[in-house]
Amino acid sequence: MVPESYYLALSAMLFAIGVVGVIVRRNPLVIFMSIELALNAANLALVAFGHRHGTADGQALVFFVMAVAAAEVAVGLAIIVVIFRARHRLSVDDLNLMRW
Amino acid sequence: MGTAAFGLIALVILGSALGLVLKRNPIHGALFLVVNLGGIAALYLTLGAEFLAAAQVIVYAGAIMVLFVFAIMILIPGKEETGPDPRRGYRLVAIPVGVALLAELGLIAARRVGTASGPGGPAGVEAMGRLLFTDYLLPFELTSVLLLAAMVGVMLLSRRRT
Repeated sequence: MVPESYYLALSAMLFAIGVVGVIVRRNPLVIFMSIELALNAANLALVAFGHRHGTADGQALVFFVMAVAAAEVAVGLAIIVVIFRARHRLSVDDLNLMRW
Repeated sequence: MGTAAFGLIALVILGSALGLVLKRNPIHGALFLVVNLGGIAALYLTLGAEFLAAAQVIVYAGAIMVLFVFAIMILIPGKEETGPDPRRGYRLVAIPVGVALLAELGLIAARRVGTASGPGGPAGVEAMGRLLFTDYLLPFELTSVLLLAAMVGVMLLSRRRT
């Protein structure tokens, strides 16, 4: 049996890769996909913790995270499409209207 | 045997995650993410979470990634990241940030979790279903309201102004 700490290490690495992706990429779609990566890393950690405690609470939590992620992706992609229609460009560097 | 399988899946997952971050073409990134999500579904299976593995493949690798590929096709991106980066200095900060985050997470995991194992054992589909419809009944019902609100919001957002 693989110890849960292996899963946690993998989850930590995935989360770090996701955060790096959010910072380095310029395309909002890829940034969004990196966020999904980080979310999945957190899900993996939750399932590993649930496995360790022998209860299904971790799995139930992951179920809710999935549902919220689905809603989040739909709304986020709609916002990106609206931004693209208004500006005809798709780079996060252009979106500095509210920056001081 | 179990450790070898875990190592293989972990390699696939890490490689596809790096591919997502490093590849310039977003459609390649999306396909890498599909591989990544499939690998995580396989890990859910090794942890005894069969329902989540199925849901991961159906909801994430299926529905959400189809949505992503659709958006990428509609927006025809790929030109945004070809030129020289005007903010290269800022973006290189990502490397120390990533390393520091990884060190921090590793430290927390090593100090708080360690390698000792608890009671352990998988909780099957039955236990999860029982939990969802008893203790988590209210959040479960609220999820449907959330999905409905997201659906209406998306239709409102993506409607063309006349």
